[in-house]
Amino acid sequence: MAEDAEHSVADAAHGAADAAHGAADAAHSAGPGMPQLDIATFPNQIFWLVVTLVVIWLILDKIALPRIASVLAERQGTLTNDLAAAEDLKRQAAEAEKAYEQALADARAEAHRIADETRAEIQAGLAEATARADEQIAAKTAESEARIAEIQASAAQSVEEVARDVTAEIVSAIAPGQSVDADAVNAAVTARMRG
Amino acid sequence: MATESTNTTGKSGMGRMIFFALIAIALVLFALGVADDYEGGLAIHPMDQFIVTPLFGDGPVHWYTPTNVTLWMALGVLSILALMVLGTRGRAVIPSRSQSIAELAYGFVRKMVEDVAGKDALPFFPYIFTLFLFIVSANFLGLIPGSFTTTSHIAVTAVLAMAVFLTVTIVGFVKNGAGFLSLFWVSSAPLALRPILAIIEVISYFVRPVSHSIRLAGNLMAGHAVLKVFAGFAGVMGVAGIAPIVGIMAIYGLEVLVSFIQAYVFTILTCVYLKDALHPHH
Repeated sequence: MAEDAEHSVADAAHGAADAAHGAADAAHSAGPGMPQLDIATFPNQIFWLVVTLVVIWLILDKIALPRIASVLAERQGTLTNDLAAAEDLKRQAAEAEKAYEQALADARAEAHRIADETRAEIQAGLAEATARADEQIAAKTAESEARIAEIQASAAQSVEEVARDVTAEIVSAIAPGQSVDADAVNAAVTARMRG
Repeated sequence: MATESTNTTGKSGMGRMIFFALIAIALVLFALGVADDYEGGLAIHPMDQFIVTPLFGDGPVHWYTPTNVTLWMALGVLSILALMVLGTRGRAVIPSRSQSIAELAYGFVRKMVEDVAGKDALPFFPYIFTLFLFIVSANFLGLIPGSFTTTSHIAVTAVLAMAVFLTVTIVGFVKNGAGFLSLFWVSSAPLALRPILAIIEVISYFVRPVSHSIRLAGNLMAGHAVLKVFAGFAGVMGVAGIAPIVGIMAIYGLEVLVSFIQAYVFTILTCVYLKDALHPHH
């Protein structure tokens, strides 16, 4: 009886094992059901998954990630440096422009100064020449006036002489033979000329 | 992807040739797959693509047996190696195309960790980046016709999610001690409601790894299975099979999106959970 029971238990276990095997076989041989639920393949998948993950992790952690991080840092550094250099060049350009503006202004001021100086010089020369000419003109004028006065004086004298002579002649013509009082004639002529 | 370092037209011409060659290979594999499925009747086996088989021989799958899981995970490692190590070997200040992609991925995940989990989460960045790259590479490799999608298996995603869950829980207790339990005690709620909310919070906390893992595996499995179903239709519909093929093209485009978005979602949720561990106070 006990032996029988033992037998039947063993049979049942056997049957169960067979059934499990059958199920696994069914899954293997494209029967219905999901290969995902075939527990027999789990240890295999899990083992290879763990191996794979460890390998990927090692590749990334030891080689790829430090390398990419350093490349990114280097790029950041290069960018920063380039930006700083660009800033520097920009500043230099601004400085150069300022220097150019300064030089331009200086040159302009210098040109202005030279023009002013020249103008003043010319002005001075002109004034001097004008003064000299004025002086000469004044001298010439004075001289001319002196001569005119002289000529006038001599003309007046001549007129007086002529008048005296004419008077004496007239007197002698009016009263022939009568002596001409020269002093009286002179006095009369002079009085007439004045009057 | 790793050899493209310059921007010459000759290189891009070669890239185009490689692209067309890949499309040709994909079409051939696709045709073979359709022919394989076509057994004189409507014999669609959308789940066959997920079967784990030994690479060599036909023996049982032990834990150490090299299987198609091993192969596609190794290809994932190789593509990550090509992108992140070979692609960046120039260390150029002005990056090549592959280096740009590597830097983009780096900046993308790093910014995510920093923005979502905070600056003090940055020591976990290599760990999170590992998860992201593994999922993204597995998802995209799974889009190659005839390939095996490792992330469509619940065993894989469950391990990933449990690793996150355990990390977050341990970090939470190590950093905050018993104060980590304040995560479950919603101090902004009325006092009477807090015990009830605490129960809900605890349940939701322990449900996290479940949803975290099933979301990823479920999305990929469903998408790939649908592709296979449509391929089966195309196989038996003769000339009218063009309709499911157009459907496959549309779903494939969707799957490309899903591949990236699911990796993104998994990563950002990891960051959110990590934030809870580092700053548990509501």
